[in-house]
Amino acid sequence: MADEKLTQIYIMGKAYDVPVGVTIMDAMEYAGYRFIRGAGCRSGFCGACGTVYRREGEYRLEFVLACQEMVEEGMHLTQLPFTPAPRSDYTLSELDPSENVLLQHYPEVARCVSCNTCTKACPQEIEVMDYVQAALRGDLERVAELSFDCISCGLCAMRCPADIKHYHVAQMARRLHSVSDSPIPEHLKTRMGELESGAFRVELDELVSMDLDGLKAKYAKRVIEKEEVAT
Amino acid sequence: MTQPGFEGLQDGYPDYMRASIAEVEATRARRLQEGHQAPLDATGRAKLLEEWHPDYKADRKREISVGPSKGDRMPHEVADLLEAYPTVDPKSVDLSSPDLDVSVLILGGGGAASVAALFAVEEGIAPKDILMVTKLRHGDCNSVMAQGGIQAADRDNDSPSIHYLDVLGGGHYTNKPELVRALVEDGPRMIDWHEKLGVLYDKLGDGTYLEAHGGGTSRMRMHSAKDYTGLEIMRVIRDEVRNVGIPIIEFAPAVDLLLDEAGHAAGALLFNLETDESVVVRARAVVLATGGFGRLHIQGFPTTNHYGATADGLIMAYRAGARLIDMDSVQYHPTGVAYPAAILGQLATEKLRNQGAEPVNSEGEPFVFPLEPRDVESAAIIKECYGEEKGVETPSGIRGVWLDTPMIDEIHGPGTLKSRLAAMWMMWHRHGIDITVDPALVFPTLHYQNGGVEIHADAATGIPGLFAGGEVAGGVHGKNRLMGNSLLDYNVFGRRAGISAARWAKAHEPRNLSLKHVMTYAEELKSAGVKTDRVAPMILPDYRREAVLARRLDALR
Repeated sequence: MADEKLTQIYIMGKAYDVPVGVTIMDAMEYAGYRFIRGAGCRSGFCGACGTVYRREGEYRLEFVLACQEMVEEGMHLTQLPFTPAPRSDYTLSELDPSENVLLQHYPEVARCVSCNTCTKACPQEIEVMDYVQAALRGDLERVAELSFDCISCGLCAMRCPADIKHYHVAQMARRLHSVSDSPIPEHLKTRMGELESGAFRVELDELVSMDLDGLKAKYAKRVIEKEEVAT
Repeated sequence: MTQPGFEGLQDGYPDYMRASIAEVEATRARRLQEGHQAPLDATGRAKLLEEWHPDYKADRKREISVGPSKGDRMPHEVADLLEAYPTVDPKSVDLSSPDLDVSVLILGGGGAASVAALFAVEEGIAPKDILMVTKLRHGDCNSVMAQGGIQAADRDNDSPSIHYLDVLGGGHYTNKPELVRALVEDGPRMIDWHEKLGVLYDKLGDGTYLEAHGGGTSRMRMHSAKDYTGLEIMRVIRDEVRNVGIPIIEFAPAVDLLLDEAGHAAGALLFNLETDESVVVRARAVVLATGGFGRLHIQGFPTTNHYGATADGLIMAYRAGARLIDMDSVQYHPTGVAYPAAILGQLATEKLRNQGAEPVNSEGEPFVFPLEPRDVESAAIIKECYGEEKGVETPSGIRGVWLDTPMIDEIHGPGTLKSRLAAMWMMWHRHGIDITVDPALVFPTLHYQNGGVEIHADAATGIPGLFAGGEVAGGVHGKNRLMGNSLLDYNVFGRRAGISAARWAKAHEPRNLSLKHVMTYAEELKSAGVKTDRVAPMILPDYRREAVLARRLDALR
């Protein structure tokens, strides 16, 4: 584009002119960076592109995903694509979903000083500190609910003055909450039993060996289940 | 909004689009009352595809000139990589003393690879004897980005047989029957496995699953975890791989398979992306789970795919003698983002449509049943924009149709969209658009590699000792995949690949390694008259701008 509007940003301190209206990731590539680390799904789901920036004239750091955030004039930025965060190994079936289980595995949760820096660092707008407080109380359901949109980018852990590894705590809490409070539905158990006893074997044998005309006729006769709409 | 690029916008959209949005609003009540138009019959679908689907443009493909699928028509972008010379010169590698020696080597770090690793352990291989190697990080994959859901026939009005018919009809009866059978029969089993691992699926008050339709389904069997379904499944499985202690090397993609004298898979040649070293891994069995090809941007389409989706596995397997099937067919997801340009081509999940959002044209009129199979839905949207000329043009010259997202809360009640489609709400919110208030502008985007390496129901490829699962494998979906069957695919065939590889590894001894097949393939290319400086696998796409690349120096090499 010949009439492309450009703006100046600073990538690790060095000035580059990049197009207006593109993401930080696209701007860095425009500037000449070829990513090895710091780029993953490029759609905001994988957490590979955690990025820190500061606006010209401001003291505060902002925390974003490079693939989702638009560039701004005078942005000073750097990527933080890796957090050396230890995690605690566990065997899910042997965990006791008691109040203390998260603290036993991640005792540093108790060091939380409620500074809310984690929440401010979250590019997913998660109430991180609130779920750390819930973890402290052993409220697995609340941790699961609040942390659900977490993409494990690690920016919270990078900023925490108490060195909490929030996203690992949340992962463990969600899994434990699922197996202890959200039982396997009866209809799935029934279906598993039917499969076990070979209930669909004959039907499937027939379908697998059916000729094309037979299949087409069967497909055309399918009845589409109607969705009941709440009124 | 204050961000640059947002000036002159009204709640995220340029002023000139507002007139069209007003037409969408004006017809909404009537459309909600009338319900959707009926799905097309077989003849209607065939005509629409023939005229408007990108797969049906003959000049965008060519016959491949060498290898096991010689003569098959494939997109130029794929053929270019298959007709290319090795990225790493096979003569430069010393294979006499492998750097690493394992039982089961798993190439890939996404869903299929992780599931294969866990089931290889279940099948009796010690975690330390398994090695996962991946190009980016563990979990940087398409699996993590899937939003809408996973199919499994587990309700009493549904059955694996009904699922089977939906899959086969959606795939135009080109799927391999034994693979579809495996897919639908294992479906409930995989959901049960996820439950035991602690995946949090959406459930209703009575404890049953919240299940919905997808394009081309005849029963509501789409299980979801908000619209983070892929993320939720992947992060749980990854967490379990870590708990079990399966070794993984990140940023070390495989660039070629290693075979033994008998032509059996015997390991892989890796490339350490950060140190530029080659690494030789010997193994008794190899699992290929390297994903698809979205980053090849077939026919110039933007893509929903992750950064590493460059078809490396296809290239390696093909050179080693594996057949590729259904490579003439590409999945374009009907609804990629058309505006704003910053997120062009990113996924607008099909779940938006299964929750009630309807595609409408610039005049606010519907033109297609919202849940046709993906190829049909995509063709209808392309036709509406370029045949009927009823698309909305963006400032960057792209056309799109409206996906009427505010219908979701109208149908299911306020707050539904934000809770069931949190990721979607957030994606547009970051660009100043509230999709509970305004519709979203969409156009098809390159989404999935329908075909791939041919496998059997036990995930075996044509190369003894090589097993494949997930997007790299072909045959499961035929010429068109339905929503919710890719998450299921990687679980079903990842599991089968892991089990088969473990069994193979237990029955076979490690042997001498060879790259002779790579040299032979290069000779065949020469004999076929392929003169090019192209090399493959690509490993990563290059999005640096021309002006930078033109001045590029390799001074530090």
